[in-house]
Amino acid sequence: MIRIKGIGASPGVVKGKAFYFSKEEFFIPRRKIDYADISREIYHLEEALIQTRREIADLQKKISDSLGYKEAKIFEAHMLVLEDRMLIEEVIKQIKNQRVNVEFAFYQSIKKYTQTLRELDDEYLKERSSDIEDVAKRVLRKLLKKDFLSLEGIKEKVIVVAHNLSPSDTALLPKSNVLGFITDVGGRTSHTAIIARSLEIPAVVGTEIATSKIKGGETVIVDGTEGIVYVNPTTKKIKEYEKKRSTIVKKIPVAKSIPSQTKDGKKIILSANIELPEELSSLVTYGAEGIGLYRTEYIFLGRKELPSEDEQYKAYVNVARKVRPHSVIIRTIDIGGDKFLSKPQVPYEFTPFLGWRAIRFCLANPHIFKTQLRAILRASGEGNVKIMFPMISGIEELKEAKKILKECKEELRRERKRFDENIAVGVMIEVPSAALIAEILAKECDFFSIGTNDLIQYSLAVDRADEKVAYLYEPAHPAVLRLIRNVIREAHAQGIWVGMCGEMAGDPLFTPLLLGLGLDEFSMPPPSIPKVKELICELTFMEAEEIALRALNFSTPKEVEKFLQEKVREILKDKFHKIFA
Amino acid sequence: MMERVEQEIIVKNPQGLHARPAALFVQIASEYDVSVEIEKDNRRVDGKSIIAILSLGINRGAKIKLIIEGKEANLAFQELRRFLEKND
Repeated sequence: MIRIKGIGASPGVVKGKAFYFSKEEFFIPRRKIDYADISREIYHLEEALIQTRREIADLQKKISDSLGYKEAKIFEAHMLVLEDRMLIEEVIKQIKNQRVNVEFAFYQSIKKYTQTLRELDDEYLKERSSDIEDVAKRVLRKLLKKDFLSLEGIKEKVIVVAHNLSPSDTALLPKSNVLGFITDVGGRTSHTAIIARSLEIPAVVGTEIATSKIKGGETVIVDGTEGIVYVNPTTKKIKEYEKKRSTIVKKIPVAKSIPSQTKDGKKIILSANIELPEELSSLVTYGAEGIGLYRTEYIFLGRKELPSEDEQYKAYVNVARKVRPHSVIIRTIDIGGDKFLSKPQVPYEFTPFLGWRAIRFCLANPHIFKTQLRAILRASGEGNVKIMFPMISGIEELKEAKKILKECKEELRRERKRFDENIAVGVMIEVPSAALIAEILAKECDFFSIGTNDLIQYSLAVDRADEKVAYLYEPAHPAVLRLIRNVIREAHAQGIWVGMCGEMAGDPLFTPLLLGLGLDEFSMPPPSIPKVKELICELTFMEAEEIALRALNFSTPKEVEKFLQEKVREILKDKFHKIFA
Repeated sequence: MMERVEQEIIVKNPQGLHARPAALFVQIASEYDVSVEIEKDNRRVDGKSIIAILSLGINRGAKIKLIIEGKEANLAFQELRRFLEKND
């Protein structure tokens, strides 16, 4: 078994056979041409451009039909590359002046520009060089009269492994036959990642070495949630994954019009975890009521200088306006000092880092913290915005953060800028100490959101990324359940509400239990919402309370899981296979 | 009547002039019977070429100069400026 670490670009887990998609490297011949041949070469260029234009128009239509107009928009930019005067003139100039064949002239001209783009100090524009390469390769294939190799032809269920996938490759993946994909390059904001998320196919990108380790035909597990790939996994590893309930990628029909409430009418908020603005459209698709966790790290990562207050404000207000009248909980940056402003290649989310990060980092860098708080406050003037501090471990940190927030409010008041005077302030409960002093913290804030991923890792002293101990990561551990119970109980005693934004919230196995413990809000990746909602609608609150009570009587995680599985099966009856198959 | 406009603009479009905004810029520029050039950090390129625009790496907040010549230069400038300064 080989374990490859990459970036989780699209959540979910899948096991399947690897299909190695290699894009042929072109051999571009260089020929001297005669003066008399110049017009023939230019004619070839025009012909290839027309054919490519037709090909892209077809592709644009197909994608627009299957994925919607928005996803197809990038092809407008592709079309303009084909019509680009400067590029065409450059190619013709080379043909005329250097007397070279059209393929070579075209290749040289394109290379010049993609190189310039790649050298730019901007992650987004660097990625755009692959758009231009994508178009250029189409033209070159026409010039060289090579058949177009595409993923459309895949006939069996596979996991696609490639050095890189262009937007048009990923967009045309035959959904029914592609289980997931793995690439050597790319980041969370690459087109590949975004399109993968909209297709809901698990993907791990930026592995650097996947294509050198996978040749096709092997069994692989793609864990797009954690950004890990296993090649030829051991039986033990496969079993471990089969056990994980959060790994269900099975989809059920979306019941977005049905309100999420128990049979006896207790209303539960189901909201979304999002990171990129591109993900906002999925809120409507899956019927999310607002955003329970808006991660802001992407604004800070992969750049040299800090984002300004205005830039952050624009990002936050855009989200706030779009989810209105529902609310968005903006989490202040959860980045460690060592990773700050570095490459987004670092998977910052899943290591139980005990050091200098999140609120600790922010309190030590008040100028950075204040800029973000001011931006969030200003956005709160135009929507329903709540603010949440990550990794609070004691009351002093919360008080200190609130003091800085108060200073920001005073500044904005003096500047006569609009903001929500009563903006709700919440604490992300992810450190065991915070869970244990929930009573104390609840007196100083408006809500809690339990971040189970880190809470479990810290409580059980397990680093999930460490192979040898990963099996100890047990959401159903009695200790974890007791911490959650305590947090909810103490919060309710102080009259504040509790949400959950960790993986557990989106895992239907735990829905009856969490519901019964009194959780008020479940925040998860939007595609998980329908499953969780299905369960909530099938239960009364009393039944859920009974389940929670009994689940807390078991002494091992295994017993708890077995019990919950039986219960879920009972509740769903014939619907069970639809959700857990 | 030939018109000529040469003026500096701060790009307020949140995404700067990246793929889609650059495509829109080219589309707008191409609607007018004018020549459009963009200058940034002493590099001047054809404003109707998407590749050239991308190669300038124009981010939000960048200061660029537009040089527009032709019959409809003023009109074209007004619309392009509106586009570049639009910030939602």
